[in-house]
Amino acid sequence: MTGRLGATFQRLRQEGRAGLVTFVCGGDPSPDLAPAILDALVEGGADIVELGIPFTDPMADGPAIQAGNLRALGAGVSLARLLEDAAAFRARHPDVPLVLMGYLNPLLAMGAGAFAARAAAAGVDGAILVDMPPEESAELLPHLRAAGIHLIRLATPTTDAARLPRVLEGASGFLYHVAVAGVTGANSAADAEIAAAVQRLRAATDLPVAVGFGVRTPEQAAAVARHADAVVVGSAIVDLVGAAHARQANDLPGEVAQFVAGLAGAVRHARVPVAA
Amino acid sequence: MDKVNTYRGGPDEGGHFGIFGGRFVAETLMPLILEVERAYTEAQSDARFEAEFAYYLKHYAGRPSPLYFAERLTAGLGGARIFLKRDELNHTGAHKINNCVGQILLARRMGKTRIIAETGAGQHGVATATVAARFGLPCTIYMGARDMERQAPNVFRMKLLGAEVRPVTSGSQTLKDAMNEALRDWVTNVADTFYIIGTAAGPHPYPALVRDFQSVIGEEARAQLLAREGRLPDMCVAAVGGGSNAIGLFHPFLDDPVELVGVEAAGHGIETGAHAASLTAGRPGVLHGNKTFLLQDEDGQIRDAHSISAGLDYPGIGPEHAWLKAIGRVRYESVTDREALDAFRLLATTEGILPALEPAHALAFVARAAPAMGRDHILLMNLCGRGDKDIFTVAEALGEQLGAGR
Repeated sequence: MTGRLGATFQRLRQEGRAGLVTFVCGGDPSPDLAPAILDALVEGGADIVELGIPFTDPMADGPAIQAGNLRALGAGVSLARLLEDAAAFRARHPDVPLVLMGYLNPLLAMGAGAFAARAAAAGVDGAILVDMPPEESAELLPHLRAAGIHLIRLATPTTDAARLPRVLEGASGFLYHVAVAGVTGANSAADAEIAAAVQRLRAATDLPVAVGFGVRTPEQAAAVARHADAVVVGSAIVDLVGAAHARQANDLPGEVAQFVAGLAGAVRHARVPVAA
Repeated sequence: MDKVNTYRGGPDEGGHFGIFGGRFVAETLMPLILEVERAYTEAQSDARFEAEFAYYLKHYAGRPSPLYFAERLTAGLGGARIFLKRDELNHTGAHKINNCVGQILLARRMGKTRIIAETGAGQHGVATATVAARFGLPCTIYMGARDMERQAPNVFRMKLLGAEVRPVTSGSQTLKDAMNEALRDWVTNVADTFYIIGTAAGPHPYPALVRDFQSVIGEEARAQLLAREGRLPDMCVAAVGGGSNAIGLFHPFLDDPVELVGVEAAGHGIETGAHAASLTAGRPGVLHGNKTFLLQDEDGQIRDAHSISAGLDYPGIGPEHAWLKAIGRVRYESVTDREALDAFRLLATTEGILPALEPAHALAFVARAAPAMGRDHILLMNLCGRGDKDIFTVAEALGEQLGAGR
C-alpha cells in the first residue's frame, strides 16, 4: 500500500489499534465554519477524515446527513468549493488522509476526468461513491486510477460470498463495511454480526476493513474497534454540528473536537484489555 | 457490425439503453435488484405467469380498454381523425393498474410479504394499495407532503384500501422525494419488502419491467386500430412524466412507420425555469438508480420540477425515453399548465370526458398538431387517466370555489 491511506493503516497496525474515521458534510453548516470543523476532527484525534459531497437527493442517508447536506447546499457549497477546502486542509495537514464521499451526479456534472484531476491536485486520497456499484464504475474508475485516487468500495450485509469478489475488484485504500442494511445514522449492528462480517471480509481481501453505519457513541466505537481496522462515525458528528449551529454555539469546532476526542480515546484503548 | 434493425431490443444485459439506464444504487440494494431481475426473467418464460397477468388485467382491471373515435373533438379541430385509447376506464382510473398487477404477481412469486411504493399524483399509490389489498399484503405508500395536499382524495382512497400513507417532508416534498424515501425504506427492509416502482424509471430491471407491463396499452391499441381502420396511425401521442404510459403506448409501434410524440410538462413555461421538461431542458445525469436526462443546476444538484399535474412533477424521465430522444426515434414536445387546462376543458365539453391533467398535456399537443394534419390521417392518443382526482386543482386554477371548506 502506498500513499497517506497506506501509511496510516501501517502506523495503526504498528500501534496495535484501530483507526477512527470521522465524516462531516462538506461545507456544513457554512463555508466559513467548515475548515475549522475539519481541523477539529484532526485535533480530536481522527485518523482519517471523510468529507461528504453535498447532494440534493442523498437517497442512502438518514435524516442527520440529509439535513447536513441541505445546510451546506443552503449555504451555497458546491463541489468546486469543497475541493478548495480540501486543498486548504491538505496544506494544513500534510499527512492526514482525506476521503470524499458522496453521490455520482455532482461528479459527473463536473466531468469524471476533471473531477479526478482536481481532487488529486487538492490532495484527496480516496473516493466513496454511494450510488456507483462496481457494475457502473466504468465511467469514473479509470480517471480515479489515472489520478492516483483510491476507489473505496462498500460491502454490506447483503453482499454475499458470490458477490464479494465483484465488490473487491478494483477496490483499494480500504474496504468500507456497511454494518447494517439501512440508511446512515439509523440502527446499530450487533457485536457478533460485526465480528463475523469483518472475519468474512478479511478472508477475502488484504485491504484494511473499516466499519460504519450506526456507530454513534464512544462505547459503540470501542466495540467495533475490537474487530475492525477502523471505525467510521458520521451521523452523530453531523447531528452535533446541526444542533450546535442551531443554538448558535460560541465554539462549534471546540464542541466537535471534544466529541471526537471521546470517540478517539475509546477507539485507542479498545483493544488494551485483550492486547497480547 | 450489424445494422440496428429494431428499436425494441433494449436494454442490454446491464440495463443500458445506449448511455442511459443502468443500476446506480447503493451496494445494499444491488443483490435485491439482481434478484428482481432474475425473478422477472424467469417469470417472462413462464406461461403461467403470463396467463395470470392476462387474467387479472381482463377480469380485475377491466382490459382491454376501448379505442374510441373522438368524433366531436376531431370535427372541432378540423384535421386528423383522433382516436383515444381509453386507459382512464381501467379499474382505479388510470394506466397505473397494469404495472401494479404485474409487479405484485412478481412480488408474490418471489415470496415477498410487504409492499412499498412512491406516488406523485396518487394514481400509482392508489393502484398499488388496490393490488396490495386484493392480494392481502401490507402496503406503505410514500407521498410528498405537498402532493398529499393537492391530491387529498387519492390519499383518502389509499387509506380506505388499507394502505399506510407516509408523508415525505424532505426536499421539495413531491414525487422525487417520495422516491428517495421509498428507496430508504427498501434499503432498510431488504428481506421481506418488494418495491413497486410506478414509472418506467429507476434501476434496471424496473424500466424494462414497467415498460413490458404497460406495453399492453400499445399492443391493444395497435390491434384495435388495425381491426377497425385496417391501418396503423400516422402519429401516437402520450404525456411523459416518468414516462410509463408513453412507453407503454410507443413500444409496440417503435418499429412501425409511425411518428411518436411524447409531451412533457412545460409548467409556467420553459423559459421561466418552473417546469418538468427534463428531455427538453435537462442534461444527462444520475438519479434514482438510472442515468437519464435530469433537471439539474451546473453543480449537478437536482432542481425542483413544477407542473400543475402532480403526476408529471418529476425532474427526471425513464431511461428508454432518454435514449429514444437521443437517437431521434421519438419527438418530445412540451405543453404549459395553461394549455393543459384549456385541453382539459376542451375534452370535457366536446366529448363528455374529464381527462386527468397528465393526458390533458398530451391532448393540448393533439389540439396543436391535428389541425395541421390531413383529414385522412389518424392520430392516436393515450388517455391514460381520468380527471376526477384533479377537479380541486382545476377549480383552483380557474378561480372557482368548491364547497365551503375549500
